[in-house]
Amino acid sequence: MGMTMVEKILADHSGRKSVRPGDLVNAKVDVVMCNDITAPIAINEFRKLGVKKVFDPSRVMMVMSHYVPAKDIASAEQARTAKVFAEEQGCVFYDAGKGGIEHILLPQEGQVVPGDIEVGADSHTTTVGALGALACGFGSTDAAIAMATGELWFRVPRTIRFIYHGKPASWVRSKDIILYTIGKIGTDHATYACMQFEGEALREFSMDARFTITNMVAEAGGKCGVIPVDDVTLNYVTPRAKRPWKVYDSDSDAQYSETFEWDISNLGPLIAKPFSPDNVVPVDEVVDEKVKIDQVFIGSCTNARLEDLQEAAAVMRGNKVADHVRCIIIPATQEVYKQALHEGLIDVFMEAGATVGAATCGPCLGGYMGVLAEGEKCVSTSNRNFPGRMGHVRSETYLSNPSVAAASAVLGRVAHPGEILSVDPIAAGSV
Amino acid sequence: MGESMFQGNVHKYGANIDTDQIIPARYLISTDESFLAAHAMEGSTDTEFLNRVQPGDIVVADTNFGCGSSREHAPIALKGAGISCIVAKSFARIFFRNSINRGIPVLECPEAVDATDAGDKLQVDLVAGTITNLTKEQTFQAKPLDQFMLDIIDAGGVVEYTKARLQSQGA
Repeated sequence: MGMTMVEKILADHSGRKSVRPGDLVNAKVDVVMCNDITAPIAINEFRKLGVKKVFDPSRVMMVMSHYVPAKDIASAEQARTAKVFAEEQGCVFYDAGKGGIEHILLPQEGQVVPGDIEVGADSHTTTVGALGALACGFGSTDAAIAMATGELWFRVPRTIRFIYHGKPASWVRSKDIILYTIGKIGTDHATYACMQFEGEALREFSMDARFTITNMVAEAGGKCGVIPVDDVTLNYVTPRAKRPWKVYDSDSDAQYSETFEWDISNLGPLIAKPFSPDNVVPVDEVVDEKVKIDQVFIGSCTNARLEDLQEAAAVMRGNKVADHVRCIIIPATQEVYKQALHEGLIDVFMEAGATVGAATCGPCLGGYMGVLAEGEKCVSTSNRNFPGRMGHVRSETYLSNPSVAAASAVLGRVAHPGEILSVDPIAAGSV
Repeated sequence: MGESMFQGNVHKYGANIDTDQIIPARYLISTDESFLAAHAMEGSTDTEFLNRVQPGDIVVADTNFGCGSSREHAPIALKGAGISCIVAKSFARIFFRNSINRGIPVLECPEAVDATDAGDKLQVDLVAGTITNLTKEQTFQAKPLDQFMLDIIDAGGVVEYTKARLQSQGA
């Protein structure tokens, strides 16, 4: 009986010929990642283990992304804890100005490659699975054990297969494909499962767009998400990879616990209303409700790559952010920021009256750089809108693609980008 | 050896209580258990949790408890506030694993959740896998934990468990 690509990765990393869903395996890991919030606990637990050195300093990465440059003394102490540990161990360290959001940064820098197992102390580690790797979120203690031993126990997940047919219509992005999926299956349907994404509708998507899909595997409860490796993947990986990679394909007789097959040609842009990422409706429906907003955030590990900023700029060019709206734009990494600068996108945002912040997670998690007050409403390109996610427990977040968010910033309410531009420049191929 | 019998009053929650509700991100500036415990459930609508909670109390919740962020601060905050174990219809994967790793028993038992109200007194027998509602005099069988997980809880958490394993390997 055949295996799925994730089953093959786990089998290879645990020295077995084959594995089946439900098996417990002790697998070798290729990369262990912590951020400034999860590193301090991981380091504490690492010390308790009584191990002196991490298993391989070149494979242990500390990425400062959440509360940097430090927002207060306590955050500064946490980032310093990570820095001191990285210096002591000789492991990889990215501070503000040198990196950005970990899930965008590590693939960009070629630190994770197809076929890898990445153990990340952050739930959105799933993002990296778009490379054809097994990238999985853990708590800090699991990261500590992986740092110390180079291994971790895994339960082999069942795989759910998602096949998308058709061609995305105007203003429909990869964000809408994953919102559609979560809206259909709910926030816990994929708990413990691997989500494998395929179909001709995805093949056209760039790596930028694909990462958005695997990013929100976390919001469906999934353990990991994967997209089979193709030319798009290899063209992205080849100039970046720090190490050789291995391509794993699912066998034609692999077993899936479920298969969902959808034609997405008739979808329009979608939005997840408060207070759950599965509360998904067409944007048009919310346009009719005339939801006045206070903030727009374009950023996060979901939608802050160059293509996302290009899409937002296409809508904002020559327009102004509405008087009552604060628009915060945060590129995912220093590299994305530089490219956006060179392409003139930052000029577009500045002229429109948006504020552009240093490459970090920004206000996505409601701790820094745009926390919402009681009753405030925000359209955000991030991934979660549970109660209080971006600030006060009675603030509200709507999740959308960057074009919808940019249109909402300009019109001051939840808006469809078609209200500003008659033709989608992305669909028309002019961006 | 860890404990295997727990008894306490119930704090009851609905579905999809995410880790932002258990410990909001603005408090992720510390790893100190007592600091985190002082803000447990502060992101939820249960504004009375900290006034009500007693050592040994038990959280009972609907589906997908602990979804969202991977922050281990969430089980640390609940444990620090005095919560001895958590019973839910289902758990989000990372929260489940973090709790086991921290030596906090997490049991899945939809029937017990449906039959239990806030303020009931519950008794959990980890070895037998039973949940007894002492208020309503009903006993339920939870989905059994793997022996591997019971061993981790018994060792007092995965760090102690791994340390013992590394020592036995002479590492």
